[in-house]
Formats: sequence, C-alpha cells, structure tokens
Amino acid sequence: MLGIYHDARSPVHRLPAGAKILVLIVGAALILSESDWSRLAIAGVSVASAFALARIPAGVAVAQIRPALWILGAIFLFHALIGEWRLGALITVRFVIVLALASLVTLTTRVSDMMAAIERALGPLRPLGVKPATVALCLSMAIRFVPVLSNEAAAVREAQRARGLERSLTALASPLILRALRMADSVAEALHARGYDPEGLEPSTTDEPPKGAQRPASD
Amino acid sequence: MIEIQKASHRFGETEVLSDIDLSLAERRIGIVGANGSGKSTFVRLLNGLVIPASGSVLVDGLDTRRDGRAIRRRVGFVFQNPDHQIVYPLVEEDLAFGLRNLGLRGAALEERVTQALERFGLAPLRKRSAHLLSGGEKQLLALAGVLAMEPSTVVLDEPTTLLDLRNKRRIANALASLDQQVIMVTHDLDLLAGFDRVIVFEAGRIVADGAPADGVARYLALMEA
Ligand SMILES: Nc1ncnc2c1ncn2[C@@H]1O[C@H](COP(=O)(O)OP(=O)(O)O)[C@@H](O)[C@H]1O
Ligand SMILES: [Mg+2]
Repeated sequence: MLGIYHDARSPVHRLPAGAKILVLIVGAALILSESDWSRLAIAGVSVASAFALARIPAGVAVAQIRPALWILGAIFLFHALIGEWRLGALITVRFVIVLALASLVTLTTRVSDMMAAIERALGPLRPLGVKPATVALCLSMAIRFVPVLSNEAAAVREAQRARGLERSLTALASPLILRALRMADSVAEALHARGYDPEGLEPSTTDEPPKGAQRPASD
Repeated sequence: MIEIQKASHRFGETEVLSDIDLSLAERRIGIVGANGSGKSTFVRLLNGLVIPASGSVLVDGLDTRRDGRAIRRRVGFVFQNPDHQIVYPLVEEDLAFGLRNLGLRGAALEERVTQALERFGLAPLRKRSAHLLSGGEKQLLALAGVLAMEPSTVVLDEPTTLLDLRNKRRIANALASLDQQVIMVTHDLDLLAGFDRVIVFEAGRIVADGAPADGVARYLALMEA
C-alpha cells in the first residue's frame, strides 16, 4: 500500500495532499463506525467512483486490497464460526472500503506532497521541540527503504539457501540486522553529502559529520 | 582546486592514511588500489565526510575542518551503492531533495529538477518508483541528484562496481560529458581512458601518481604480486 504512486492526470491527483489525508482520516472514522448497510453501500460506491475518476486501472485497484484478503477472510470466518456472520460481514466490508480509500490516497499523492502537508500540520508544534522537516524526511525514508530492505532480506535468504540453510526467521534476522545497520551508516553519510541539514538553512556553529560518516562503507 | 596537506588518518590503532601531501587540479583523476588500501577514506577527506586525524584538507582555500557545509556544495559525492543514497520513493522527489537542501522551492525547484532529469535521459522515468529502476538507472539518478546541485567537483567511490557492462557504459558516457572536475575511485580500468592523472594507493600510502598508463601499469603489477 505504501509508496506506489500511480501517475495520471486526474482531478483526484490534483487535490491538495492535506485535503486527501483529511478525507481519509474523517472517512475512515465514519466508515469504521457505520453499521447501516445502505450508507456503507454509498461509501463503497463513492470510493469506487473516485478510483474511476482517478483513472486507476481495475487491476491496480484490486492489487491494493488483495494482500489483506487472507486476514479479512479469517476475521469473517471467525465471526461466522461463532454465529456472528452478520457482524463478520460488516467488519470485513468496512475494512475493505477503508483500505481502498487509503490506497486511493497513496496511489494519487506523491510521498513528498504528503510529507509537505504533514510538515505544515506539525509546524505549530515547533516551539515544543518537534522538527517537522525531520519527521517528514524520516517518514519518506521509511517508505523508500521498505523495498530496499526486502531486497536485502531476499539476498540473505538466497545466500543461506545456497549454503543449504533452511528457511528460518532467526537465521535471517541477524545478518539482516547487520546489513541494515551498515546501510544506515552509509545512508547517514549520503544525507550529509547531499547537503541535508535538519536545522534548515540556519547557520550552525558546529559542523560535525554524523556518527556513521566516520566509517566508509566497506567493500 | 583541492589541497591535501600532510594528512593522516587512523581508525583505532591502524593507520589508514599516512602523510598524504597532494594537490588535485586536473579535470579527470582516477584513484586505484587494492581493497582496504585507503581509497574510500581518502576520497571522504575531500568533502569533509572524514576529517583527517592530523594535517588538513583545503577546497578552494576552505578547510574541511571548519567549512564542511560550504565545501559539500562544491564537492558532490556519488557512493558505490545508489540504493543507499536515494532517499525518496519517486525519481523526481529524490532529485529535488538536494536542491531543496540548497534552499530552492516552487517553480525554480521544479525547473532545475526537469533540467537535470532531461540532461541524464531520466525524464521518462520521472514519476517512477526508484526501486523499480535498473541498477544503472539508479546510479544515473544518484549522479543526476548530485550534479543538479552544480558542484565544481564530483567525487565517485566505485560507482560502477555493482553494475553490468551496459550500465557501466551509461555511467562512463554521462561522466565523459561533464564540465566538472571528476575524481573517481574505480577497479574498472577502462573507465580511466582519457583521464589526466591516476593515483595508486597501497596500504594507506601513494605509491604512484602520474600519467594514467604508468599508474595502471603499477596497479596491475601490485595486483600480480
Ligand atoms: N570505521 C572504520 N573502523 C575501523 N576500520 C576502518 C573503518 N573504515 C575503514 N576501515 C579500515 O581502513 C582501511 C581502509 O579502508 P577503505 O578506505 O575503505 O579502503 P578501500 O576503499 O581502499 O577499500 C581498511 O583496512 C578498513 O578495514
Ligand atoms: Mg572503498
């Protein structure tokens, strides 16, 4: 669901990121507390129309929901087994609609625009010591590094399998954590080299490189 | 113009660079040497990512010990693994990152992003997720991100080590077209064609420094030994 911006020209893409996030938050709260089927139907049709308006192909839309179907199916089954299949259906449908709405927002909004909106929203908290630009960068990087880390995990697993090691979470964890830490060092270095300065453009008296920067990536 | 004056560096007990005294003025400078010979540490001195334990490094007269920020605007750095230096999910977003650090916003920012993408043939990939790019495209993006900031020198630490032949060529072509000074660590000796100077490192010291043919010969001899 994260970081899969789908480029198209549409009114949904053009909506300000802040407005979309707000719609998502309010919409999710309303939908998750809604028990009336006809209103849920209206919500579902609205979200589906918004997908069409955003010119998201049906395949892409369905792909957003598919990974969650197992869990949703299990939830429904559990409720059905205890004789609460109506409640199970209600919960499942609410989640599908909210998930679709959230996907619509990430599909039509660039992460940087979302972060700029969050940065603005956090602005008033600056006197409390919150650094909005830093928070926004951290969130963007978290999204950016999900696929990078999952590639690293795949590489570790492949290397282990080549040496006859069976799939095991504990065997995977320690080399992966080591790689992630080494990567964090070089990412910190790269941020520094690219002129990142959390204090914005204010001149600062110290100009120490970050801790990781003292260690060149080994090769 | 970069000057390294009697610079030494150590990590713990081991001396990684010993008494380096150099000035780097040529347009194309190659750095070669065995693994662990101190190349990465050396090039990290040039933009203040590493501060020498003794001695000093001056870029256009500015000292890396004091003027790190100003120096990093002049000396761009491209790392071996582009995945570690692309920090935003979308190509255009990542390209904008360095420019925003320079204080650019709005239309001016947009224009510089477009220029840089077009210059490196990345315009069609502008809205693409960085993780869907090929290795060579990622490295081009990393290079474009650095060059968009208009440094006067670009330092590259083994930029093609993780790439296949075709992508190596793309990077080599992009580098050949630059007006900037290029200082590159590499094991790909064919990338050094047309270079003005090659410096050979061995155990933290410079053992050869001069015409590329001589440097490469010395490096190959070291590798045979
Ligand atoms: N942060 C560090 N801590 C300890 N030793 C290091 C660190 N970084 C590099 N080294 C050591 O310094 C030496 C030179 O490393 P490096 O500059 O990366 O060489 P090269 O790039 O030529 O392979 C190596 O022996 C390496 O193990
Ligand atoms: Mg190195």
